[in-house]
Amino acid sequence: MTLDQIITDLQLKVLTEPIDFSSIAPTHGYVSDMLSCVMTGAKHQSIWVTLQAHNNIVAVACLLELAAVIITENAQPDAETIKKANEEGITLLSCPQNSFYISGKLWEMGLRDQ
Amino acid sequence: MNNRDTNFDQSPSRFKGKIITDEMAGKITRVEELAYILKISDVMSSSLKTLSPDHSMQDVLVTMRENRISGVPIVDNDSHALLGMVSTEDLIKCLANQDIDANLTKYMSTKLVTVNSFDYLTEALKLFARTGLGRLPVLDENGALAGILTKGDVTYGLLRALEHDYIEEEVRRYRASHLFEDIESDRSSLILRYTIEHYDFTHGGSASSKIKRALLRLGANAQLARRVGIGIYEAEMNLIIHTTHGGTIHVEIEPHQISVYAWDEGPGIEDVNLAMKAGYSTATEEIRELGFGAGMGLPNIARCADEMDLQSELGKGTHLTMKFFLKGEDVVGEGYTGKGKKETENDA
Repeated sequence: MTLDQIITDLQLKVLTEPIDFSSIAPTHGYVSDMLSCVMTGAKHQSIWVTLQAHNNIVAVACLLELAAVIITENAQPDAETIKKANEEGITLLSCPQNSFYISGKLWEMGLRDQ
Repeated sequence: MNNRDTNFDQSPSRFKGKIITDEMAGKITRVEELAYILKISDVMSSSLKTLSPDHSMQDVLVTMRENRISGVPIVDNDSHALLGMVSTEDLIKCLANQDIDANLTKYMSTKLVTVNSFDYLTEALKLFARTGLGRLPVLDENGALAGILTKGDVTYGLLRALEHDYIEEEVRRYRASHLFEDIESDRSSLILRYTIEHYDFTHGGSASSKIKRALLRLGANAQLARRVGIGIYEAEMNLIIHTTHGGTIHVEIEPHQISVYAWDEGPGIEDVNLAMKAGYSTATEEIRELGFGAGMGLPNIARCADEMDLQSELGKGTHLTMKFFLKGEDVVGEGYTGKGKKETENDA
Protein backbone atom coordinates (compact mmCIF):
# COMPACT_ATOMS: atom_id res chain seq x y z
CA MET A 1 0.00 0.00 0.00
CA THR A 2 1.42 3.34 -0.99
CA LEU A 3 0.87 6.76 0.51
CA ASP A 4 -0.60 7.69 -2.84
CA GLN A 5 -3.47 5.20 -2.38
CA ILE A 6 -4.03 6.26 1.21
CA ILE A 7 -4.33 9.92 0.24
CA THR A 8 -6.81 9.09 -2.53
CA ASP A 9 -8.91 6.58 -0.59
CA LEU A 10 -9.21 8.71 2.54
CA GLN A 11 -9.49 11.94 0.53
CA LEU A 12 -6.74 13.56 2.56
CA LYS A 13 -5.64 17.10 1.96
CA VAL A 14 -1.91 17.42 1.31
CA LEU A 15 -0.57 20.36 3.32
CA THR A 16 3.09 20.11 2.37
CA GLU A 17 4.62 20.24 -1.07
CA PRO A 18 3.65 17.14 -3.03
CA ILE A 19 6.34 14.56 -3.58
CA ASP A 20 6.20 11.17 -5.27
CA PHE A 21 3.72 9.58 -2.87
CA SER A 22 3.59 6.38 -4.88
CA SER A 23 7.18 5.68 -3.85
CA ILE A 24 6.34 5.81 -0.15
CA ALA A 25 4.97 2.62 1.36
CA PRO A 26 4.00 3.06 5.02
CA THR A 27 4.51 -0.13 6.98
CA HIS A 28 2.78 0.66 10.28
CA GLY A 29 0.32 3.00 11.88
CA TYR A 30 0.26 4.76 15.22
CA VAL A 31 -2.27 7.00 16.95
CA SER A 32 -1.55 9.33 19.85
CA ASP A 33 -1.54 12.98 20.73
CA MET A 34 1.18 12.56 23.32
CA LEU A 35 4.50 13.14 21.63
CA SER A 36 6.59 11.02 23.96
CA CYS A 37 4.23 8.11 23.46
CA VAL A 38 4.76 8.48 19.74
CA MET A 39 8.50 8.54 20.37
CA THR A 40 8.15 5.28 22.28
CA GLY A 41 5.59 3.51 20.16
CA ALA A 42 5.74 4.59 16.53
CA LYS A 43 8.00 2.60 14.28
CA HIS A 44 9.80 4.31 11.47
CA GLN A 45 7.92 4.46 8.19
CA SER A 46 4.70 4.62 10.21
CA ILE A 47 1.73 6.80 9.51
CA TRP A 48 0.99 8.84 12.59
CA VAL A 49 -2.58 9.95 13.20
CA THR A 50 -2.93 12.88 15.59
CA LEU A 51 -4.92 15.93 16.55
CA GLN A 52 -1.76 17.88 17.30
CA ALA A 53 -0.88 20.45 14.67
CA HIS A 54 1.93 22.46 16.27
CA ASN A 55 5.46 22.45 14.99
CA ASN A 56 6.89 19.80 17.31
CA ILE A 57 5.06 17.11 15.35
CA VAL A 58 7.57 17.77 12.58
CA ALA A 59 10.53 17.19 14.90
CA VAL A 60 8.99 13.94 16.10
CA ALA A 61 8.16 12.77 12.58
CA CYS A 62 11.64 13.69 11.42
CA LEU A 63 13.47 11.93 14.25
CA LEU A 64 11.39 8.79 13.80
CA GLU A 65 11.48 9.01 10.00
CA LEU A 66 7.74 8.61 9.76
CA ALA A 67 6.11 8.11 6.37
CA ALA A 68 3.50 10.84 6.97
CA VAL A 69 1.45 12.59 9.62
CA ILE A 70 -2.34 12.72 9.32
CA ILE A 71 -3.73 15.66 11.27
CA THR A 72 -7.37 14.98 12.07
CA GLU A 73 -10.48 17.06 12.72
CA ASN A 74 -9.23 19.80 10.42
CA ALA A 75 -6.65 20.99 12.95
CA GLN A 76 -4.53 23.45 10.99
CA PRO A 77 -0.74 23.67 11.42
CA ASP A 78 0.65 27.19 11.05
CA ALA A 79 2.79 28.37 8.14
CA GLU A 80 6.05 27.87 10.07
CA THR A 81 5.17 24.25 10.79
CA ILE A 82 4.42 23.55 7.15
CA LYS A 83 7.62 25.28 6.10
CA LYS A 84 9.64 23.21 8.55
CA ALA A 85 7.95 20.03 7.34
CA ASN A 86 8.86 20.90 3.76
CA GLU A 87 12.46 21.49 4.79
CA GLU A 88 12.64 18.17 6.60
CA GLY A 89 10.80 16.29 3.87
CA ILE A 90 7.92 15.34 6.14
CA THR A 91 4.48 14.95 4.58
CA LEU A 92 1.61 16.53 6.51
CA LEU A 93 -1.91 15.48 5.60
CA SER A 94 -5.18 16.71 6.94
CA CYS A 95 -8.79 15.54 7.11
CA PRO A 96 -12.08 16.57 8.72
CA GLN A 97 -12.74 13.18 10.36
CA ASN A 98 -11.49 12.20 13.81
CA SER A 99 -8.55 9.96 14.64
CA PHE A 100 -10.76 6.95 15.39
CA TYR A 101 -12.37 7.06 11.96
CA ILE A 102 -9.08 7.52 10.11
CA SER A 103 -7.40 4.71 12.05
CA GLY A 104 -10.32 2.43 11.27
CA LYS A 105 -10.02 3.23 7.59
CA LEU A 106 -6.27 2.63 7.61
CA TRP A 107 -6.80 -0.69 9.36
CA GLU A 108 -9.41 -1.62 6.73
CA MET A 109 -6.84 -0.84 4.06
CA GLY A 110 -4.49 -3.31 5.69
CA LEU A 111 -2.24 -1.12 7.78
CA ARG A 112 -1.32 -2.62 11.16
CA ASP A 113 0.54 -1.53 14.26
CA GLN A 114 3.01 -4.40 14.16
CA MET B 1 -2.48 27.43 1.06
CA ASN B 2 -0.97 30.84 0.58
CA ASN B 3 1.87 30.19 2.93
CA ARG B 4 3.11 27.43 0.66
CA ASP B 5 3.81 29.92 -2.08
CA THR B 6 6.54 31.52 -0.01
CA ASN B 7 8.70 28.51 -0.74
CA PHE B 8 8.59 29.23 -4.43
CA ASP B 9 9.83 32.77 -4.11
CA GLN B 10 13.37 31.89 -4.97
CA SER B 11 12.60 29.78 -7.97
CA PRO B 12 12.57 31.44 -11.37
CA SER B 13 9.27 32.89 -12.44
CA ARG B 14 8.73 30.33 -15.14
CA PHE B 15 8.28 27.68 -12.46
CA LYS B 16 5.53 29.65 -10.75
CA GLY B 17 2.30 27.79 -10.62
CA LYS B 18 3.93 24.44 -11.24
CA ILE B 19 4.28 21.96 -8.47
CA ILE B 20 7.93 21.65 -7.58
CA THR B 21 9.24 19.89 -4.53
CA ASP B 22 12.14 21.30 -2.57
CA GLU B 23 14.30 18.54 -3.84
CA MET B 24 13.41 19.24 -7.45
CA ALA B 25 13.89 22.95 -6.94
CA GLY B 26 17.36 22.27 -5.59
CA LYS B 27 18.26 20.23 -8.65
CA ILE B 28 16.83 22.76 -11.07
CA THR B 29 18.87 25.57 -9.65
CA ARG B 30 22.00 23.44 -9.83
CA VAL B 31 21.27 22.59 -13.45
CA GLU B 32 20.69 26.24 -14.20
CA GLU B 33 23.88 27.11 -12.42
CA LEU B 34 25.70 24.51 -14.48
CA ALA B 35 24.40 26.11 -17.67
CA TYR B 36 26.43 29.15 -16.66
CA ILE B 37 29.52 27.14 -15.76
CA LEU B 38 29.76 24.70 -18.62
CA LYS B 39 30.96 25.93 -22.00
CA ILE B 40 29.38 24.71 -25.18
CA SER B 41 32.72 23.11 -26.09
CA ASP B 42 32.43 20.98 -22.90
CA VAL B 43 29.30 19.21 -24.03
CA MET B 44 29.17 19.35 -27.85
CA SER B 45 29.95 16.39 -30.09
CA SER B 46 33.18 17.12 -31.87
CA SER B 47 33.77 13.97 -33.85
CA LEU B 48 31.73 14.91 -36.86
CA LYS B 49 30.71 13.50 -40.16
CA THR B 50 30.88 16.32 -42.66
CA LEU B 51 30.71 16.59 -46.41
CA SER B 52 32.20 19.11 -48.80
CA PRO B 53 30.11 21.02 -51.37
CA ASP B 54 31.28 18.77 -54.22
CA HIS B 55 29.19 15.83 -52.95
CA SER B 56 25.77 14.72 -54.13
CA MET B 57 22.54 14.23 -52.20
CA GLN B 58 23.13 10.50 -52.63
CA ASP B 59 26.28 10.94 -50.53
CA VAL B 60 24.20 12.77 -47.93
CA LEU B 61 21.74 9.87 -47.78
CA VAL B 62 24.54 7.34 -47.34
CA THR B 63 26.28 9.45 -44.68
CA MET B 64 23.07 9.88 -42.72
CA ARG B 65 22.17 6.21 -42.93
CA GLU B 66 25.61 4.88 -42.05
CA ASN B 67 26.13 7.23 -39.15
CA ARG B 68 22.52 7.34 -38.00
CA ILE B 69 22.48 11.10 -37.99
CA SER B 70 19.77 13.52 -39.00
CA GLY B 71 21.87 16.36 -40.32
CA VAL B 72 25.17 16.75 -42.15
CA PRO B 73 27.24 19.94 -41.96
CA ILE B 74 28.75 21.00 -45.22
CA VAL B 75 32.23 22.49 -44.83
CA ASP B 76 34.79 24.03 -47.12
CA ASN B 77 37.58 21.59 -47.84
CA ASP B 78 40.36 24.08 -47.14
CA SER B 79 39.15 26.58 -44.61
CA HIS B 80 36.79 24.20 -42.73
CA ALA B 81 34.34 27.08 -42.73
CA LEU B 82 30.74 26.02 -42.34
CA LEU B 83 28.85 26.58 -45.58
CA GLY B 84 25.52 24.99 -44.77
CA MET B 85 23.65 21.99 -43.38
CA VAL B 86 21.62 19.31 -45.06
CA SER B 87 18.93 17.98 -42.78
CA THR B 88 16.57 15.02 -43.13
CA GLU B 89 13.94 17.50 -44.17
CA ASP B 90 16.11 18.73 -47.05
CA LEU B 91 16.73 15.13 -48.03
CA ILE B 92 13.00 14.37 -48.07
CA LYS B 93 12.41 17.37 -50.32
CA CYS B 94 15.08 16.05 -52.65
CA LEU B 95 13.60 12.54 -52.65
CA ALA B 96 10.16 13.93 -53.38
CA ASN B 97 11.66 15.59 -56.44
CA GLN B 98 13.37 12.30 -57.37
CA ASP B 99 16.55 14.33 -57.53
CA ILE B 100 18.95 12.19 -55.51
CA ASP B 101 21.89 12.71 -57.85
CA ALA B 102 21.79 16.49 -57.51
CA ASN B 103 24.65 18.34 -55.95
CA LEU B 104 23.97 18.86 -52.26
CA THR B 105 24.37 22.62 -52.52
CA LYS B 106 21.01 22.64 -54.31
CA TYR B 107 19.22 21.50 -51.16
CA MET B 108 21.42 22.57 -48.26
CA SER B 109 20.22 25.26 -45.88
CA THR B 110 22.57 28.18 -45.73
CA LYS B 111 20.70 30.37 -43.29
CA LEU B 112 22.12 28.81 -40.20
CA VAL B 113 21.75 29.55 -36.54
CA THR B 114 25.10 28.82 -34.96
CA VAL B 115 26.67 29.06 -31.54
CA ASN B 116 30.24 29.70 -30.45
CA SER B 117 32.21 26.94 -28.79
CA PHE B 118 33.53 29.38 -26.17
CA ASP B 119 30.05 30.54 -25.10
CA TYR B 120 28.30 29.23 -22.03
CA LEU B 121 25.73 26.52 -22.37
CA THR B 122 22.96 28.88 -21.35
CA GLU B 123 23.34 30.70 -24.72
CA ALA B 124 22.61 27.47 -26.54
CA LEU B 125 19.65 26.74 -24.26
CA LYS B 126 18.17 30.13 -25.10
CA LEU B 127 18.62 29.46 -28.82
CA PHE B 128 17.04 26.02 -28.56
CA ALA B 129 14.08 27.56 -26.79
CA ARG B 130 13.72 30.49 -29.18
CA THR B 131 14.18 28.67 -32.48
CA GLY B 132 12.76 25.25 -31.71
CA LEU B 133 15.76 23.74 -33.50
CA GLY B 134 17.05 20.38 -32.39
CA ARG B 135 20.64 20.86 -33.41
CA LEU B 136 23.05 23.79 -33.53
CA PRO B 137 26.37 23.88 -35.40
CA VAL B 138 29.19 25.11 -33.16
CA LEU B 139 31.88 27.43 -34.52
CA ASP B 140 35.30 28.04 -33.03
CA GLU B 141 37.12 31.39 -32.65
CA ASN B 142 38.02 31.38 -36.35
CA GLY B 143 34.54 30.62 -37.54
CA ALA B 144 35.45 27.07 -38.48
CA LEU B 145 33.11 24.23 -37.60
CA ALA B 146 34.08 22.87 -34.18
CA GLY B 147 31.19 20.53 -33.52
CA ILE B 148 27.46 20.01 -33.28
CA LEU B 149 25.30 20.53 -30.25
CA THR B 150 22.05 18.63 -29.88
CA LYS B 151 19.58 18.70 -26.98
CA GLY B 152 20.80 15.19 -26.22
CA ASP B 153 24.36 16.49 -25.86
CA VAL B 154 23.09 19.11 -23.41
CA THR B 155 21.23 16.54 -21.32
CA TYR B 156 24.18 14.20 -21.31
CA GLY B 157 26.61 17.01 -20.45
CA LEU B 158 24.47 18.17 -17.55
CA LEU B 159 24.03 14.65 -16.23
CA ARG B 160 27.77 14.12 -16.36
CA ALA B 161 28.34 17.35 -14.43
CA LEU B 162 25.69 16.40 -11.86
CA GLU B 163 27.30 13.02 -11.45
CA HIS B 164 30.54 14.81 -10.73
CA ASP B 165 28.74 16.84 -8.03
CA TYR B 166 27.36 13.63 -6.62
CA ILE B 167 30.78 12.04 -6.43
CA GLU B 168 32.09 15.14 -4.64
CA GLU B 169 29.30 14.86 -2.06
CA GLU B 170 30.16 11.19 -1.62
CA VAL B 171 33.80 12.15 -1.07
CA ARG B 172 32.74 14.72 1.55
CA ARG B 173 30.63 12.13 3.30
CA TYR B 174 33.49 9.67 3.08
CA ARG B 175 35.86 12.21 4.62
CA ALA B 176 33.47 12.89 7.50
CA SER B 177 33.02 9.21 8.09
CA HIS B 178 36.78 8.84 8.36
CA LEU B 179 37.22 11.92 10.52
CA PHE B 180 38.97 10.24 13.39
CA GLU B 181 41.29 8.22 11.20
CA ASP B 182 42.81 11.35 9.77
CA ILE B 183 43.43 12.99 13.12
CA GLU B 184 45.94 11.31 15.34
CA SER B 185 45.74 11.56 19.08
CA ASP B 186 45.54 9.16 21.99
CA ARG B 187 41.86 9.83 22.17
CA SER B 188 39.98 12.03 19.69
CA SER B 189 36.48 13.24 20.13
CA LEU B 190 34.13 15.67 18.52
CA ILE B 191 32.10 17.90 20.79
CA LEU B 192 28.84 19.52 19.80
CA ARG B 193 27.17 22.06 22.08
CA TYR B 194 23.63 23.38 21.95
CA THR B 195 21.97 26.02 24.06
CA ILE B 196 18.31 25.31 24.73
CA GLU B 197 16.02 28.18 25.73
CA HIS B 198 13.20 27.76 28.18
CA TYR B 199 9.79 27.56 26.51
CA ASP B 200 11.28 27.75 23.02
CA PHE B 201 8.86 25.30 21.44
CA THR B 202 9.58 26.77 18.02
CA HIS B 203 13.03 25.23 18.02
CA GLY B 204 12.07 22.14 19.95
CA GLY B 205 13.71 19.13 18.34
CA SER B 206 16.17 21.12 16.26
CA ALA B 207 19.22 20.21 18.36
CA SER B 208 18.33 16.51 18.24
CA SER B 209 17.71 16.66 14.49
CA LYS B 210 21.08 18.33 13.95
CA ILE B 211 22.88 15.79 16.08
CA LYS B 212 21.19 12.96 14.25
CA ARG B 213 22.27 14.40 10.91
CA ALA B 214 25.85 14.84 12.16
CA LEU B 215 25.95 11.20 13.23
CA LEU B 216 24.73 10.02 9.84
CA ARG B 217 27.43 12.11 8.17
CA LEU B 218 30.00 10.53 10.44
CA GLY B 219 28.89 7.16 9.18
CA ALA B 220 26.62 6.02 12.00
CA ASN B 221 24.03 3.46 10.99
CA ALA B 222 20.46 4.71 10.77
CA GLN B 223 19.21 2.79 13.79
CA LEU B 224 21.86 4.20 16.10
CA ALA B 225 21.31 7.73 14.80
CA ARG B 226 17.59 7.36 15.49
CA ARG B 227 18.17 5.99 18.98
CA VAL B 228 20.51 8.82 19.92
CA GLY B 229 18.15 11.32 18.27
CA ILE B 230 15.15 10.18 20.31
CA GLY B 231 17.10 10.23 23.57
CA ILE B 232 18.36 13.74 22.92
CA TYR B 233 14.94 14.93 21.77
CA GLU B 234 13.45 14.00 25.13
CA ALA B 235 16.28 15.74 26.99
CA GLU B 236 15.86 18.78 24.76
CA MET B 237 12.10 18.97 25.39
CA ASN B 238 12.68 18.57 29.14
CA LEU B 239 14.97 21.60 29.06
CA ILE B 240 12.37 23.58 27.13
CA ILE B 241 9.43 22.56 29.31
CA HIS B 242 10.71 22.01 32.80
CA THR B 243 13.56 24.45 33.44
CA THR B 244 13.64 28.02 34.70
CA HIS B 245 16.25 29.30 32.23
CA GLY B 246 16.73 26.53 29.70
CA GLY B 247 19.95 24.59 29.65
CA THR B 248 22.77 23.11 27.63
CA ILE B 249 23.23 19.93 25.66
CA HIS B 250 26.73 18.75 25.11
CA VAL B 251 27.40 15.77 22.89
CA GLU B 252 30.78 14.13 22.76
CA ILE B 253 31.26 11.81 19.84
CA GLU B 254 34.05 9.28 19.94
CA PRO B 255 34.44 6.38 17.54
CA HIS B 256 33.23 3.86 20.09
CA GLN B 257 30.92 5.88 22.27
CA ILE B 258 28.63 8.84 22.29
CA SER B 259 28.19 10.71 25.55
CA VAL B 260 25.39 13.20 25.99
CA TYR B 261 25.27 15.64 28.87
CA ALA B 262 22.22 17.81 29.42
CA TRP B 263 22.18 20.18 32.32
CA ASP B 264 20.23 23.11 33.67
CA GLU B 265 20.23 25.35 36.69
CA GLY B 266 16.87 24.63 38.08
CA PRO B 267 14.40 24.12 39.43
CA GLY B 268 15.59 20.54 39.92
CA ILE B 269 13.57 17.37 40.35
CA GLU B 270 11.97 16.70 43.69
CA ASP B 271 11.85 12.94 43.47
CA VAL B 272 14.06 11.42 40.78
CA ASN B 273 12.66 7.92 41.24
CA LEU B 274 9.12 9.15 40.80
CA ALA B 275 10.13 11.22 37.75
CA MET B 276 11.56 8.07 36.17
CA LYS B 277 8.23 6.29 36.47
CA ALA B 278 6.40 5.96 33.17
CA GLY B 279 3.32 8.15 33.11
CA TYR B 280 4.38 10.45 35.92
CA SER B 281 4.59 14.09 34.91
CA THR B 282 4.58 17.51 36.50
CA ALA B 283 3.69 19.26 33.27
CA THR B 284 0.98 21.90 33.39
CA GLU B 285 -2.36 21.52 31.67
CA GLU B 286 -1.24 23.99 29.01
CA ILE B 287 1.83 21.90 28.19
CA ARG B 288 -0.23 18.72 28.12
CA GLU B 289 -2.54 20.23 25.58
CA LEU B 290 0.45 20.53 23.27
CA GLY B 291 0.96 16.81 23.61
CA PHE B 292 3.83 16.94 26.07
CA GLY B 293 3.85 15.78 29.63
CA ALA B 294 2.92 12.18 28.94
CA GLY B 295 5.41 11.20 31.60
CA MET B 296 7.33 9.20 29.03
CA GLY B 297 10.35 11.43 28.46
CA LEU B 298 12.75 10.06 31.04
CA PRO B 299 11.62 6.45 30.56
CA ASN B 300 12.23 6.97 26.85
CA ILE B 301 15.74 8.16 27.55
CA ALA B 302 16.37 5.13 29.73
CA ARG B 303 15.12 2.90 26.94
CA CYS B 304 17.22 4.52 24.21
CA ALA B 305 20.53 5.01 26.02
CA ASP B 306 22.86 2.18 26.94
CA GLU B 307 23.59 3.95 30.19
CA MET B 308 21.73 6.77 31.89
CA ASP B 309 22.44 8.79 34.96
CA LEU B 310 20.20 11.47 36.42
CA GLN B 311 21.35 13.71 39.25
CA SER B 312 19.17 16.48 40.53
CA GLU B 313 18.98 18.78 43.46
CA LEU B 314 15.95 20.90 44.15
CA GLY B 315 16.73 24.58 43.70
CA LYS B 316 20.08 23.82 42.04
CA GLY B 317 19.43 21.97 38.84
CA THR B 318 19.60 18.70 37.01
CA HIS B 319 22.41 16.82 35.28
CA LEU B 320 21.54 14.10 32.86
CA THR B 321 24.09 11.78 31.28
CA MET B 322 23.38 9.38 28.47
CA LYS B 323 25.92 6.99 27.01
CA PHE B 324 25.69 5.05 23.81
CA PHE B 325 28.26 2.36 23.16
CA LEU B 326 29.15 1.48 19.60
CA LYS B 327 30.50 -1.91 18.88
CA GLY B 328 32.21 -3.49 15.91
CA GLU B 329 31.12 -1.98 12.70
CA ASP B 330 28.80 0.54 14.33
CA VAL B 331 31.72 2.86 15.10
CA VAL B 332 31.50 6.40 13.78
CA GLY B 333 34.18 8.55 12.19
CA GLU B 334 36.43 5.59 11.51
CA GLY B 335 35.83 4.07 8.13
CA TYR B 336 35.29 0.45 9.02
CA THR B 337 36.00 -2.06 6.29
CA GLY B 338 32.82 -3.36 4.80
CA LYS B 339 30.59 -1.29 7.02
CA GLY B 340 28.06 1.27 6.08
CA LYS B 341 25.75 1.38 3.15
CA LYS B 342 24.27 -2.07 3.08
CA GLU B 343 23.17 -2.01 6.67
CA THR B 344 21.92 1.54 6.52
CA GLU B 345 19.81 0.80 3.50
CA ASN B 346 18.30 -2.32 5.00
CA ASP B 347 17.39 -0.41 8.04
CA ALA B 348 16.00 2.63 6.27
